Amino acid sequence: MSWYYMVLLFALIVLSFSAVLVFIRIIIGPSLPDRVIAFDLIGTITIGMIAIYSLITGLTSYLDAAIILSLILFLGAVAFAYYMKKSHKPKK
Amino acid sequence: MIELASAAVIIIGVLFILISAIGVVRLPDFYIRVSAITKAATLGVACIMVGVAIYFNDVDVALKASAIFVFLLITSPIAAHIIGRAAYEDGVPLWKKTAFDEFRDFREGKIGKKEDEKKKNKED
Repeated sequence: MSWYYMVLLFALIVLSFSAVLVFIRIIIGPSLPDRVIAFDLIGTITIGMIAIYSLITGLTSYLDAAIILSLILFLGAVAFAYYMKKSHKPKK
Repeated sequence: MIELASAAVIIIGVLFILISAIGVVRLPDFYIRVSAITKAATLGVACIMVGVAIYFNDVDVALKASAIFVFLLITSPIAAHIIGRAAYEDGVPLWKKTAFDEFRDFREGKIGKKEDEKKKNKED
């Protein structure tokens, strides 16, 4: 139980708290793009969590999952934007 | 000493991500929230990756961490731009205190055509 381990636990706690804050925006978000952007931020927070977990366990293989996640997030955002363009006609 | 430097950088990155999350909840407008997410969260993940690369002190891990950071740095502004444009065309309202709406002027032809006419006049 070194002090560095305590620092990593503190970082994980702060990341979890910010994920809860972003979930509030997903619940009350008035429009669909708000929820898409909040989901994007949750994915970014998850990347940080994976990195810190790989520091705690000492296994660097978890970073591969973070690489894949950072690519999938971009695909998800672009797919949602394409869906919004195709499904709704613009209001004038 | 390595642990101290790594811990300091990681704490800075985590605080940036916390600021980004608070901004997502508190800011009044969709387009302002996009700004908060794109800048602060990307910088926070960059700081965390620098901390990981410092602690493991290995070339492989440094390459993986820099790959994550570069992917996020390239794709995050593009995704924000595409979603912002789709949201504007979908009719998501601006904040009531927003002073300028230059994209509307551009789509109505007030801005772009004038510049084209100026270029034509210069060419003539």
